Amino acid sequence: MDAVAEAEAPQRALRNSPKMTARQVDVYYGETKALKNIDLDIEENQVTSLIGPSGCGKSTFLRCLNRMNDVIDGCRVEGDITLDDVDIYRSGLDVVQLRARVGMVFQKPNPFPKSIYDNIAYGPRLHGIAEAKSDLDDIVEISLTKAGLWKEVKDRLQAPGTGLSGGQQQRLCIARAIAVNPEVILMDEPCSALDPIATARIEELIDELRQNFTIVIVTHSMQQAARVSQKTAFFHLGDLVEVSETEQLFTNPRDQRTQGYITGRFG
Amino acid sequence: MTDSTAPAAALRRADLSEERLKRRYAAEKRFRAYGLAAIFAALAILGILIGTIVWNGHTAFVQTHIAMPVYLDPEIIDPQGSNDATVIQRADYQGLLKTSLRERFPEVTGRRDRIKLYGILSNGAGFDVRDRVLADPSIIGTTQTIWVKSSDDIDSLVKGYIDRDLPEGDRRVKDNEIVWIDSFAADGGVDTKFNTTFFTAGDSREPEQAGIWGAVVGSFFTLLITLVLTFPVGVLSAVYLEEFAPKNRWTDLIEVNINNLAAVPSIIFGLLGLAVFLGVFGFPRSAPLVGGMVLALMTLPTIIIASRAALKAVPPSIREAALGVGASRLQVVTHHVLPLAMPGVLTGTIIGMAQALGETAPLLMIGMVAFIVDIPGGVTDPATVLPVQIFLWADAPERAFVEKTNGAIMVLLGFLILMNALAVLLRKRFERQW
Repeated sequence: MDAVAEAEAPQRALRNSPKMTARQVDVYYGETKALKNIDLDIEENQVTSLIGPSGCGKSTFLRCLNRMNDVIDGCRVEGDITLDDVDIYRSGLDVVQLRARVGMVFQKPNPFPKSIYDNIAYGPRLHGIAEAKSDLDDIVEISLTKAGLWKEVKDRLQAPGTGLSGGQQQRLCIARAIAVNPEVILMDEPCSALDPIATARIEELIDELRQNFTIVIVTHSMQQAARVSQKTAFFHLGDLVEVSETEQLFTNPRDQRTQGYITGRFG
Repeated sequence: MTDSTAPAAALRRADLSEERLKRRYAAEKRFRAYGLAAIFAALAILGILIGTIVWNGHTAFVQTHIAMPVYLDPEIIDPQGSNDATVIQRADYQGLLKTSLRERFPEVTGRRDRIKLYGILSNGAGFDVRDRVLADPSIIGTTQTIWVKSSDDIDSLVKGYIDRDLPEGDRRVKDNEIVWIDSFAADGGVDTKFNTTFFTAGDSREPEQAGIWGAVVGSFFTLLITLVLTFPVGVLSAVYLEEFAPKNRWTDLIEVNINNLAAVPSIIFGLLGLAVFLGVFGFPRSAPLVGGMVLALMTLPTIIIASRAALKAVPPSIREAALGVGASRLQVVTHHVLPLAMPGVLTGTIIGMAQALGETAPLLMIGMVAFIVDIPGGVTDPATVLPVQIFLWADAPERAFVEKTNGAIMVLLGFLILMNALAVLLRKRFERQW
């Protein structure tokens, strides 16, 4: 998997192709079609936000990108999704490897009921990234620093992660995701359970993380999408209605439905 | 609603008249009274039950002893003067006691009366003497006063279970026996002492020599087999069904059947054990091995259901978090879900074990109801278990077995309370807030 990715990386650079692509993606939950014919490119080192009313399939699409839908009974994905031009749904692909490259942050902060240190160190240990204690210590410090949490927790790394405040927990989850050094981070409404101050903190963080990671974020808040993302995709009833530069989508939408949604006529 | 001031009156709606309000309060009060009454009734019944058992059973923990002066005749104990423990062990100590009794009551001459006289002591009284001699062989040749067990009838008389005022014909203890025991009592030679035999001996036909240790050891071996069989099988089944199995018609069928198995009367499992384990495989009868296997069948659904509930209680967000950083499904289970569910799993297991400890019916089917004197030394030795021992003693005709029965019930209840307390403790200790 890694060998393939490395071999294809130079080509990708030459063609300047997007980090991830989705082509004609259909997703079914049993008989119900949740996503219809989605085509979307996700550019490297950009924040792509997915917006749309509840039940429009934006979270479903996000979960297709690291195959988290695999664990849902009756969920079926058709079409092609690639990461660095490699189909992530081809047979023989190791899902664990994929998820190490495409990390995820969830709606509700979900730290493991373990210490802050163990929360961060779990992923690196799992993938054998760091064996020595000192290497692990470094990863924990770097990840927490990147997530802007180091100063707040450096004196209580052995305290349980569940004892932190909601916003801190979410930043801990982001630190946990970046500890395995992924290429893409998927965020599923990461701020919906947080207050405005904690939200502002996370948004700032997303902007910083853009330097090193490719980020896809699902959000219910159009303001948030406008603030943090460079590219926005609007989903409605399982269709990808419109995707363009964030500024353009919010100021000059091409589609009537987008217009209706961002001006608050429905959704 | 109080005195209707103007704003209150304005607030009051026509359909919420004071009449309705009163009725609502009355109904709530009545409902609370019913609830309290139910709880008090339940507590009272429980209190009566426990009270009766303790009242009837507390005397089982003591045993009447009689102080007998015994001449430890070297001619009888060790005629060759070999000082060999095996020789000393085999001597007729009961005979020495009989001699002492004859000397104390020389007026008793008839054969029948003598047998009656010997009968005030336990058949096992000689063992009390033997133990003293074995502990210190230098006392051979001297006269020692040794406290020996009385027979069960005398024990009952001393404990007040036999009414002295009844006509002699209706009494198990006759007038002359009362005279003899009173003569000992007058010298301060009758006393109730802690009944170690009850906790160290196996079953016996003689109440004063019967103990629960054989049954306790039998229960231990049986539960050991049950635990060894059910814990891994139950937990693995629960993990597979909850975490890995696809949800389809087959798993639904399995789930329904597990729930049905939990409701099958336990004696059916006993019949199954009789037919399959004894009949087909030819395992030993009355053995804890088979008892444990039968109880395992009965306990398995309980453990599977409890373990699945514990696994279900682990929030899905933890699984997603672990999957999200790239753990495989097995790693998700072994690193996160199972450790978090373990307190619940253990609680379920302990409760299942407590159920198995109290189970009688299926064990009757596979012969664990036999009269077994020896303490079982392994899982294939014939054995009985605590509840079956209680069942056997409850059936015995001697008065002294009534208190033994209740005593054994108290011991069984003690074990059950201990196990349940352990389950509660585990739950409290490891309870998590998500």
